[in-house]
Amino acid sequence: MDRYNRHIILSEIGQEGQNKISNAKVLVVGAGGLGCPVLQYLTAAGVGTIGIIDFDIVSISNLQRQVLFGISFLGQNKALAAKQRLQDLNNTIKINAYPEKLTHKNALTFFKNYDIIVDGTDNFATRYLINDASVIINKTLVYGGIYKFEGQVSVFNYQNGPSYRCLFPTPPKEGAIPNCSEIGVLGVLPGIIGSMQANEVLKIILGLGNVLSGKLLCFNALTTQTTTLIVNKSENEINKILSNRDSFQETKEEFGCNFSPPEISIEKAFQKSNVQFVDVREHHELPKIEALNPTQIPLSEFENNLDKIDLEKEKIIFCQVGIRSKTSVSILQKHNINNSYSVKEGALEIVAYMKQLQKQY
Amino acid sequence: MKLTIKYFGLLAEITKCNEEQIEFSGNLIVELLDTIFLKYPTLKEKDFQIAQNQILATKETEVLATEIALLPPFAGG
Repeated sequence: MDRYNRHIILSEIGQEGQNKISNAKVLVVGAGGLGCPVLQYLTAAGVGTIGIIDFDIVSISNLQRQVLFGISFLGQNKALAAKQRLQDLNNTIKINAYPEKLTHKNALTFFKNYDIIVDGTDNFATRYLINDASVIINKTLVYGGIYKFEGQVSVFNYQNGPSYRCLFPTPPKEGAIPNCSEIGVLGVLPGIIGSMQANEVLKIILGLGNVLSGKLLCFNALTTQTTTLIVNKSENEINKILSNRDSFQETKEEFGCNFSPPEISIEKAFQKSNVQFVDVREHHELPKIEALNPTQIPLSEFENNLDKIDLEKEKIIFCQVGIRSKTSVSILQKHNINNSYSVKEGALEIVAYMKQLQKQY
Repeated sequence: MKLTIKYFGLLAEITKCNEEQIEFSGNLIVELLDTIFLKYPTLKEKDFQIAQNQILATKETEVLATEIALLPPFAGG
């Protein structure tokens, strides 16, 4: 095939290697700074099945580094937006977008359909969840992490190798290590680290070169220095994970924002009094629902406008289909603002319901 | 013995350097950490792993190499 000609003419890959790539199934958790370059190169390379999990939406501050997205994607779910962009890049592969949060409950189900898992997340709770699920279900995990101008890359659970817990046995205290949204990051850094992750994925699929298993590569963008540390397997840490196998799916999520946000039906929402309606759609989205006098805060600006939220009232949050409103409630929970509900349905259904009410009276 | 200590991530922000030389006369990593904590008390609160000559070590490991790295986990993605 012409598309993969530059792979196929490499004697180390050939048609046989390209077939291996076409038959591979890779799941990328997080379509952010790291996930975007990973997804871009794996899609271009022709990885046959690619899964993308991300519950978050594209906001303007993402565009500095999350290279799959543009202004036309603002406010859209990242997994769905990434799929749309990637399917244009390569329409011969299968892309599964999962616009939801990875949890202990759903992780094993997602992971079992893929050969390799890529960690592109931005918090420790999810990193440990991904690691433990990979150990339990015996999947190779390609890890990347970034901090300001520095990055780390490694491959875990590869051919009986060490896991992330063999390197860092327990998660740091919450808030001890800031993430990119709190402290900033050089935009090109996740591009470099994510490309290295994509490289590891392809080496694993092809059986080429030396996989970065049992090693942690540390890269400093300011000094352009790399340091590689040896990570030894800790049977004790692996056994601890495996001993929790049976109760894994019942494990409570570690951080508040991982709980599923409370939802409400339109009917129940309209039965409440003294509520603040919040419309989290972007300014251009229709239909407007003026009758509810909603506070308008597009999700892309949500976190910077929390002062518009009335703490005295119950909050009823809606959007076009009910995904962004859920994300908004999660954000409120993260900021310890409770008493908020995400409307299960979307704006069109709300308009239809209001028309129906008018007819009745 | 003169040791080269390398700091990564937010540890380097606390020490305000990526690496430095420290004079050390003890035996174990834990003693070396005490020496480092004396110089940078806030490092004590941080989560990190220690490697000597690029191999992960524990606090009870004997200091045998001249290059020690202090490595925190990275959350960002």
